Amino acid sequence: MKLKFKEIRKALYIFATEKTIGFTLIAIFLGLVIGAIFLAIAGFNPFQAYGIILRGIFSKPSYISYTIIRATPLILTGLSIAFAFKTGLFNIGAEGQYIIGSVVATAAGYFLHLPLFIHIPVVIISAVVAAGIWGGLAGYFKAKFGVHEVISTIMLNWIALYFQNFLIYTEGFQKPGGETSYSIQPTANMTILKAWKGSVAGREWLLQHPFWKDLLRTPMNWGFLIAILMAVLVWFILNKTALGYRLRAVGFNKFAAEYGGINVNKNLIISMFIAGGLAGLAGALQVVGVSHKVTLIAAMEGYGFDGIAVALIANSSAMGCILAGLLFGALKYGGAKIQPFMRAPSEVISIVIGSIVFFISIPKLIKLILTKKIKKGGTK
Amino acid sequence: MGYKDKAKSLTKVIEMKNITKKFGNFVANDSVNLDVFKGKVHALLGENGAGKSTLMNILYGLYSPTSGEILINGKKVDITNPNIAIEHGIGMVHQHFMLIKPFTVAQNIILGREPTSKFSVLNMKKAIKDVKEISERYGLYVDPNAKIEDISVSMQQRVEILKALYRGAEILILDEPTAVLTPQEIVELIQIIKNLTKEGKSIILISHKLKEIIAAADFCLIIRRGKHIDTVVVSETDEKGLASKMVGREVIFNVPKEDKKAGDEIFSIKDLVVKDNRGIVAVDNLNLSVKKGEILGLAGIDGNGQTELLEAITGLRKVESGEIKINGEDITNNTPFQIINKKISHIPEDRQKRGLILDFDISENMILENYHNYPFAKRGVLQYNNIKKYAKELINKFDVRPREESKLTGTLSGGNQQKVIIAREVTNDPDLLIAAQPTRGLDVGAIEFVHQSLIEQRNNDKAVFLISFELDEVMNVSDRIAVIYEGKIVGIVNAKEAKIEELGLMMAGGGSK
Repeated sequence: MKLKFKEIRKALYIFATEKTIGFTLIAIFLGLVIGAIFLAIAGFNPFQAYGIILRGIFSKPSYISYTIIRATPLILTGLSIAFAFKTGLFNIGAEGQYIIGSVVATAAGYFLHLPLFIHIPVVIISAVVAAGIWGGLAGYFKAKFGVHEVISTIMLNWIALYFQNFLIYTEGFQKPGGETSYSIQPTANMTILKAWKGSVAGREWLLQHPFWKDLLRTPMNWGFLIAILMAVLVWFILNKTALGYRLRAVGFNKFAAEYGGINVNKNLIISMFIAGGLAGLAGALQVVGVSHKVTLIAAMEGYGFDGIAVALIANSSAMGCILAGLLFGALKYGGAKIQPFMRAPSEVISIVIGSIVFFISIPKLIKLILTKKIKKGGTK
Repeated sequence: MGYKDKAKSLTKVIEMKNITKKFGNFVANDSVNLDVFKGKVHALLGENGAGKSTLMNILYGLYSPTSGEILINGKKVDITNPNIAIEHGIGMVHQHFMLIKPFTVAQNIILGREPTSKFSVLNMKKAIKDVKEISERYGLYVDPNAKIEDISVSMQQRVEILKALYRGAEILILDEPTAVLTPQEIVELIQIIKNLTKEGKSIILISHKLKEIIAAADFCLIIRRGKHIDTVVVSETDEKGLASKMVGREVIFNVPKEDKKAGDEIFSIKDLVVKDNRGIVAVDNLNLSVKKGEILGLAGIDGNGQTELLEAITGLRKVESGEIKINGEDITNNTPFQIINKKISHIPEDRQKRGLILDFDISENMILENYHNYPFAKRGVLQYNNIKKYAKELINKFDVRPREESKLTGTLSGGNQQKVIIAREVTNDPDLLIAAQPTRGLDVGAIEFVHQSLIEQRNNDKAVFLISFELDEVMNVSDRIAVIYEGKIVGIVNAKEAKIEELGLMMAGGGSK
């Protein structure tokens, strides 16, 4: 019996030391346990709460669709941060890059009048380029003046936020009477069957097909597929291309990269440009697919900051970002439902997410605890 | 009189019996026995990765052995962490110092054992007095009020030793203590070791420098690939004997090289001025040239502008004025990328900082300068099949161990890391190969290999520029020797006619032009 216990400990140790998916799963499980404890303390049945959350995610096609819609921007901001991580940069600025992406997408979607199949790509590309430049600025400041990217991106976040609010109060962009911008042109709208859903024929057809009616109730759009495509692209760039080699080399050891003839400063800027573009894409997809406009914001919306957690849970792997983004989207969307159904505070979900990130970030502690035990076991 | 007879009359302070340590399937120590005697110096000799550090980490409580036992003063002990080791009077001076740079010498020494007066107020006066006392007792002179960041490396090492003594160490483990010292400082360190043993302290000296073991140690334990090979009385053996036991075969200290007429001048430096990080002139109107088919050695004491010179040539540091030319082309202030393309390769001083990306595997490191060229990349996409094939070839040719191109270079021993760099740089087929401290921290077997590689390059009619603090190395390998002092070349001599005294004098700034 004793021996078995030792073996389990050893297996756990390997789990914790090698960054396996198993380790991530343990962290997620522990996060859920902590959430359950808090729920129990607050006097709610955690099993009931998690049941509601699960049903709230999976029980209807529209729920699944909403979960995916919620996950899409998180996957992209997660990718943005993971990409920068790989180059040794900490992109706190995904938030601001997201804002720039959504503002520019709205502007391009509203002011430009283009045919359908040209308008959407133009909107998305202009938003990505603008947000890329926004991110690249932080890279440029670091390369040129040695300003740490954490400092500069935080500043740029606030600049982006107030820039958006400023624009919303600008005549010609502000929708009269509201604290929002005008909505984008129908040609820039990427929500699936948006016009048809509102038409008489469409409404009638949907009445007879409840599954599709429920599913299409949501602003379902192509954003999720684009996000997955981006994850594949990021994985490919980082691992299979000369550019990725350069970026990783700079991230791991910039002195050796410099010695090998790699232009470190240039690659810092490129990395931040790409990271910014990814976060900007999140904002652009949100506008063309879901919100169709930007509104006055009092505080950061958190897409960029949640992206940090997504990247952490994904251990900066591009494919992991898809899964972590989905997990996040599911917890946020499903978690909100315990409030109306149980009157339980949905803030518990923030505790769960926070705990997961915490457990992911402390493999050292887990390792320490396990090492001590194994060492003692080993001496006997 | 053999080791066993000698050992009988001495007092054992430490006995490590049949120590075995396994990491998974890898056996780092295989029933190793070590006895340390009061007032004696016991050296620990072995190649890189032989298991010396593992054995010492076990003694210091950083690892626990898979089997075997440790006795201190005849009593069995269980050392599970360094605090227990310190309690038993074991002190360790690591290769990389663990000092707090903005603190003073005295503050560093008392750290963790601060003398206090009433109400736990730090008693700095007593601390300084204590530090002075022990430093005088052992001849380890330091200024207790100097800040660590302002004192030399050898002084920092003294502080580390004092720190251990202050904590009551009776047994001192010195891990590669001479790796960072100049020849003069090594002599001083050996004197300090003698003072310490005179006071009854026992020393364990980890080293792979045979000369120093001969000069400083009484006994020597030799480990090869984790196995206990032998314990010898140092006075009854010599360098050759130790070396062959350590490597397991005869070692050639001086790699033979045939006479060779040097060709045309291929590389030249004219009136070069380079500043160091603080903006002070480090290379001061320096002139040099290297010919095809020769090895030019640059001798000098650390800190006389070698690093700045090297960085200026390779494009890593800005040139203030002057001119650097290869094959008649001016490369002054070119980027490293341009300079590599002009066929200059460079074995860097600090292999872990500059030479390798430790988180990359061997194959990725093998293409560091060529990753973007065919056949390693096609239209910007890496061709992993070709990269792996190339890496495998180099691994076999240069005998890199383990022979797995997908091993992270950070897991290799120092010698094998250096082999990866040399394989890469030599295979680039440079017109000029610059080798900076190419054998630092390597054992004799690996040193032999490095020297052979340099000489082969020369025999292929290429130019080699060797920068080294090891005078022996410069004298053995070079065809001509230039001596640098305070950023200037103070003399150039033919290696065959060079005398060590003459070079030593020039290195200290007292030479003739």
